[in-house]
Amino acid sequence: MDKNEVTIKGESLFRIAISQLRRNKGAMVGGTVVLLFIFTAVFAPLIAPYDPLDSNLDEALQSHSYKHWLGTDEQGRDILSRIIYGGRMSLAIGVIAVAISSVLGVLLGLISGFMGGKVDNVIMRFMDILMAFPGMLLALAIVSALGPGTFNLMIALGVYSVPFFARVVRGSVLSVREMEYVEAAKAIGQSNFFIVFSHILPNCVGPILVLATLRIAIAILNGAGLSFLGLGPQPPTPEWGAMLSSGRTYLRIAPWVATYPGFAIMLVVLGFNVFGDGLRDALDPRLKT
Amino acid sequence: MLQHIARRLLYLIPIFFGVTFISFSILQLSPGDPAELLAGEDATQKDIDAIRQRYGLDKPFLVQYVVYIKNVSHGDLGTSLRTQRTVIREVLARYPATIELAGVSVIIASIIGFFTGIIAANHQNSFFDYGSMVVSLFGISMPIFWLGLMAMLVFAVMLGWFPAVGRGTLAHLVLPAISLGANSAAVIARMTRSSLLEVIRQDYIQTARAKGLAERVVLYKHAVRNALIPVITVMGMQFGYLLSGSVLTETVFAWPGVGRLMVQSIYARDYPVVQGAILLVAINFMLVNLFVDVLYAYINPRIRLE
Repeated sequence: MDKNEVTIKGESLFRIAISQLRRNKGAMVGGTVVLLFIFTAVFAPLIAPYDPLDSNLDEALQSHSYKHWLGTDEQGRDILSRIIYGGRMSLAIGVIAVAISSVLGVLLGLISGFMGGKVDNVIMRFMDILMAFPGMLLALAIVSALGPGTFNLMIALGVYSVPFFARVVRGSVLSVREMEYVEAAKAIGQSNFFIVFSHILPNCVGPILVLATLRIAIAILNGAGLSFLGLGPQPPTPEWGAMLSSGRTYLRIAPWVATYPGFAIMLVVLGFNVFGDGLRDALDPRLKT
Repeated sequence: MLQHIARRLLYLIPIFFGVTFISFSILQLSPGDPAELLAGEDATQKDIDAIRQRYGLDKPFLVQYVVYIKNVSHGDLGTSLRTQRTVIREVLARYPATIELAGVSVIIASIIGFFTGIIAANHQNSFFDYGSMVVSLFGISMPIFWLGLMAMLVFAVMLGWFPAVGRGTLAHLVLPAISLGANSAAVIARMTRSSLLEVIRQDYIQTARAKGLAERVVLYKHAVRNALIPVITVMGMQFGYLLSGSVLTETVFAWPGVGRLMVQSIYARDYPVVQGAILLVAINFMLVNLFVDVLYAYINPRIRLE
């Protein structure tokens, strides 16, 4: 049977999207990379050959060897192990930051789109103000106010993605608000709260997923950047951006210290970006070019 | 056109208040007594009281904000705790370096991105097209500060072609400008490609070909001109981002710009400078975006008629 025929029969949109996604090679590669990183982060204690905090000054700044595949850092800690454990931190920063922004953004977008009028105007002007800030600067401002630290970093990165979610959700709400089934729900006397969460929100899930995937990529990048500046997780916690920052000092004598964490950041961000693009193509065939 | 500009300027007013409010809140959100933070570590009680008086820190939150706005509109952004010079002077002294870096970066990025995009679109699905789009995906996904470190490692440490850090000669500018611009080049290349692909498929391009114009003329005189409109906007926006977002590159290359000043001031808990720098950079970003907006309307008459 031809593959294309499957979509003709009354299949759910979800199944169609999945089959679209599976045909997109790039997206599958991206997704695999992301899953691989998540897997190593979750099972870090089983996979990492050494304890990431275990320092041994006799073995400081050693190059690649069978013992230490990616060499050791200035305290003789195994870089491969630190990258594997660092993934926990860097991925968590990206994912939690985006979780914060998606919850806030979705709520604001739903309220804005459903209520309309003055409420809509106030919320969206506020979102404009947040967007008037270049992202990195806003995050920098928030971290400098709250002080350095992992959780503050997540909040800072979370806040500046809020407007993106609010806009996308508001747009989706506006496009379905006047649909007959919403009117029908109103007519049979369902509460606004119920209508928003059971009829309107499910229609926004696709765009939210796509946006979240792409925003995680950006949050990981900027999170690593702020950690690089010393505003994120504090030493000796392994984190990719912070590892780059300490490796910078030894660039001349031990370039591997600053090289490999950067590859890790790039690969995982690339994975999220490619997967996000594929997801968008799969969920919204109209956008496909 | 004038009406369009006027509307855009009006639109800036609430954003201006929002931006000042956020920079104002930095001090309020930070742990500790703002007056003590502003007075610095070895201030006497008298100093602290004087500061409290001057900035109205004993008054309610909103009154303080009004005082802040008043001071800002007089150009008073406070005094640096580290150097005792006014914040305005501190920030403006660092601006030329940042503008120089961002300007050169965006020019390099625009040239590379633009031509890559044109060639890729013109040879869609060719090896060059796939190759350049894969490279640009890496460009978008790479941490720029890491690219900076790697460029420094290869071209300064290993090959010794360029100085690793600092500002002064043209040679100092090469590595930071290229690593800062890499991301923008990727964005511009992708935008140019997709914009040109869209234009190429339109009827008037087919007409131009049908009447026997040379392919070069069709491409550069008919297609690229129209494809340029969104691309120029993206270039302008990238310039705005680079002006504000060179914090990391400036730190890596010890480039004495505003971004580095901001980071140093955060480390030193020099709050007035942090506040002032963030405010000025944000306003600057706003103005660049306004300019891009107006430029967009100027080169695209369809917008003006709306």
